[in-house]
Amino acid sequence: MQEGTLPKLLVRNAARYGEKVALREKEFGVWQPVTWVEYLGHVRRFALGLASLGFSRGDKVAIIGDNRPEWVYSELAAQALGGVAVGIYQDSLPREITHIIDHCDARIVVVEDQEQVDKLLEIKSEIPKVEKIIYYDPKGMKNYRDLLLLSFEEAEAQGEKFEDRNPAYFNRTVEEGRGGDVAIIAYTSGTTGLPKGAVLSHDNLLAMAQNLLEVDPLEPGDEFLSFLPLAWVGEQMMSISAALWSGMTVNYPEEPETVQANLKEIGPRVLFSPPRIWEDMVSKVQVRLDEAGWFKRRVSRAFIPVGYRVADCQFEGKKPGAGLRALYFLGDLVVFSAIKDHLGLVNLKRAYTGGAALGPDVFRFFHALGVNLKQIYGQTEIAGISVTHRDGDIKFNTVGRPIPETEIRISEDGEILSQGPSVFLGYYKNEEATREALKDGWLHSGDAGYLDDGGHLVVIDRLKDVMRLTDGTIFSPQFLENKMKFSPFIKEAVALGRDRPYVVAMINIEMGNVGMWAERNQIPYTTYVDLTQKPRVLELIVGEIRKANGDVPEAIRVKKFVVLHKELDADDEELTRTRKVRRGFISEKYRVLVEGLYGAAHEIPIETEVKYRDGRQVTLKTSLRVVPVANAEVKA
Amino acid sequence: MAPQLVIDTLTLHFGGVTALSGVYQEVNPGDILAVIGPNGAGKTSLLNCISGLYRPSAGRIVFEDREITNLPPHRRAQLGIGRTFQNIELFKHMTVLENLMLGRHIHMSQGLVSGGFYWGRARREEEVHRRRVEEIIDFLEIESIRHKAVGTLAYGLQKRVELGRALALEPRLLLLDEPMAGMNLEEKEDMARFILDVAEEWGTTLILIEHDMGVVMDISDQVAVLDFGRKIAEGTPEEVQKNPLVVKAYLGKQ
Repeated sequence: MQEGTLPKLLVRNAARYGEKVALREKEFGVWQPVTWVEYLGHVRRFALGLASLGFSRGDKVAIIGDNRPEWVYSELAAQALGGVAVGIYQDSLPREITHIIDHCDARIVVVEDQEQVDKLLEIKSEIPKVEKIIYYDPKGMKNYRDLLLLSFEEAEAQGEKFEDRNPAYFNRTVEEGRGGDVAIIAYTSGTTGLPKGAVLSHDNLLAMAQNLLEVDPLEPGDEFLSFLPLAWVGEQMMSISAALWSGMTVNYPEEPETVQANLKEIGPRVLFSPPRIWEDMVSKVQVRLDEAGWFKRRVSRAFIPVGYRVADCQFEGKKPGAGLRALYFLGDLVVFSAIKDHLGLVNLKRAYTGGAALGPDVFRFFHALGVNLKQIYGQTEIAGISVTHRDGDIKFNTVGRPIPETEIRISEDGEILSQGPSVFLGYYKNEEATREALKDGWLHSGDAGYLDDGGHLVVIDRLKDVMRLTDGTIFSPQFLENKMKFSPFIKEAVALGRDRPYVVAMINIEMGNVGMWAERNQIPYTTYVDLTQKPRVLELIVGEIRKANGDVPEAIRVKKFVVLHKELDADDEELTRTRKVRRGFISEKYRVLVEGLYGAAHEIPIETEVKYRDGRQVTLKTSLRVVPVANAEVKA
Repeated sequence: MAPQLVIDTLTLHFGGVTALSGVYQEVNPGDILAVIGPNGAGKTSLLNCISGLYRPSAGRIVFEDREITNLPPHRRAQLGIGRTFQNIELFKHMTVLENLMLGRHIHMSQGLVSGGFYWGRARREEEVHRRRVEEIIDFLEIESIRHKAVGTLAYGLQKRVELGRALALEPRLLLLDEPMAGMNLEEKEDMARFILDVAEEWGTTLILIEHDMGVVMDISDQVAVLDFGRKIAEGTPEEVQKNPLVVKAYLGKQ
């Protein structure tokens, strides 16, 4: 590796690509380009602004905000001075923010806007190590007089003054950077307990970028849309490390709500999203097709099976016959490309999913459309990726083969272990956890899995989440949940059954789609709660679960379920920040429901506390119907 | 500081009914004045007199040292008085963007012919207005609904768009008739923040009618209380809250 650090790569790119577009942000309805030279200029000015505040080697800057160029400038500026960037999810609760800022010893916090400034000023006394809060959206900030505050613009202006006095400072500190320096601390959202800070060096990140791009090259001019939290290692991987390594263009959406429209405008060459996003797209397409006129519906129904057949051929490594290929060509012309265009996937060279398991049905669906969707498997602790599919060697039940320089091994009790140049340095200020994660020099993933005959890795589930029924049958709740979530009407599913005679589920309906379905079928409803308990809605969901049960072994089919009266929410700690269900917490919180589901009850009364983001609490009281599923009779 | 708006002993009759009777009120530039009072107290009538929808039977209205009592509504709009309505008055089948662009029409100088051809000056003018409208879209955080037809939006969002339409006029005095009616708590909080930001960042003077006392107490600098067409109290929110006449008007006689 020649360049050594991320800021050095930026300097190289500014020299190599100069006036080419490095970043683009949509503002005031127009895509505003930033060239590589301008990119470096912002990073230099902001870095020197930080330097003028006394920020130096080894110091930490915490960053909270939506994806904007300023987020990335802040990270690279800190690193240019030999410092460390710590991303924080923008929807974190004050308690979590306090913990991370204080735990990582941040001297500077960069935030997006007034909302976050308010949050931080509220917890000011609990984050005494913070010396400055720098915000980049000045809206509503006019009358703030707190001495802690500084605007991004002022910081850059101070940086310019600093540069007049110390013209060589920036280049010198960038030069002094070493690959072994800490680049970021990524706090893992963690399904249990307080988040842990994974320390990753520049070498870790750059080795990851190099190895990933060796498998799947990207080049200058390739477009990427950055819309997932930059605090997530997956987003860091693509929009910082891989982007700097390859010179591709990173686009920042206007607002989180406009992502879908922006995706269509940009037509990216590469995309990396957790399963949730792909699942959303499938539901949207299904609903759109259901609502289309009869002609469109007939045509798409005729061609989608053709897509599936071609996809299945590819999964099996066979070449589809000439007739099938011709049909597929036609299907692409009239159906598939239209759907892809609608979703903004038409220019994709490849797309990745990672962070959690993606249902095989969703996977097949995208391949049927001709989207080259691949799994990425990895942990924050290995810079985000250790395993991925190779083009033309994709099996939807596996996550692919290790990337170069990376080794995968399965421990005796079935845990996936990995080794390679991207394995992290350890958890920040947590030696015990570090020792546990890095036993015998291998990174312990906590995932259960195995390698198949082709050397592909198959991930079963979290080691601790693989469950046994009372009769000893092993099952993976996540697998069942993904099956159920393939339905456009089911948003979230929680499967339970540890040490129980059979599997039960709690369901969240997809409000948008079920609401529309209810309207079409003239079912009047008032609130979300009301809609969830409508007999016809329950009938609809039973049908969906029966489908999901279809190809699952009899013993582990979902036998009963309730439709929850509220959406599972990260603010109520029922989901992690990356929207994984926290099964343990949920089964504790809704213990009444679980007991009811394993009893003879037909209806379970329930009270729930709901926390609003401003800290208020209200209690919801209602009663939920227990619904048995017909193709999975409970044995007496 | 000279008041920006003087409502000078305004009286308004509808046949035998007296809607307003000798109301006097001064409003300083940049202030947020809340007008409160029981139903039928004359709050909307007062706003209608200021915006020119009603002609007062007696008294005068002076805006920035200029008497406007007898000017028609569109002239007052040109002078810098904007308003929103209690019931949403937007073009439901047009998009958010189109509604806001319409709000700019008093600033447009190109005629039908040149506008129709969309050449040179007309095009440049359109771009200037679009930029201004985009700033308002950014300010009100409605980027994601820019191209949606107003009629398809949730009520709270329509209210926000209506505020945007009024802001597109770039008023120096903005009249808001129940901007938060029918909103849930979260929507109200958002709207309150936008109103404060309008006053703070653009220095716009605001007169608003509002029933939610919590909101009134939180955001207004001055409160005027009407009852049966008469002003019975005025002052800061704290002063008004303690005023026995106000308590009586709201709770009735003991």
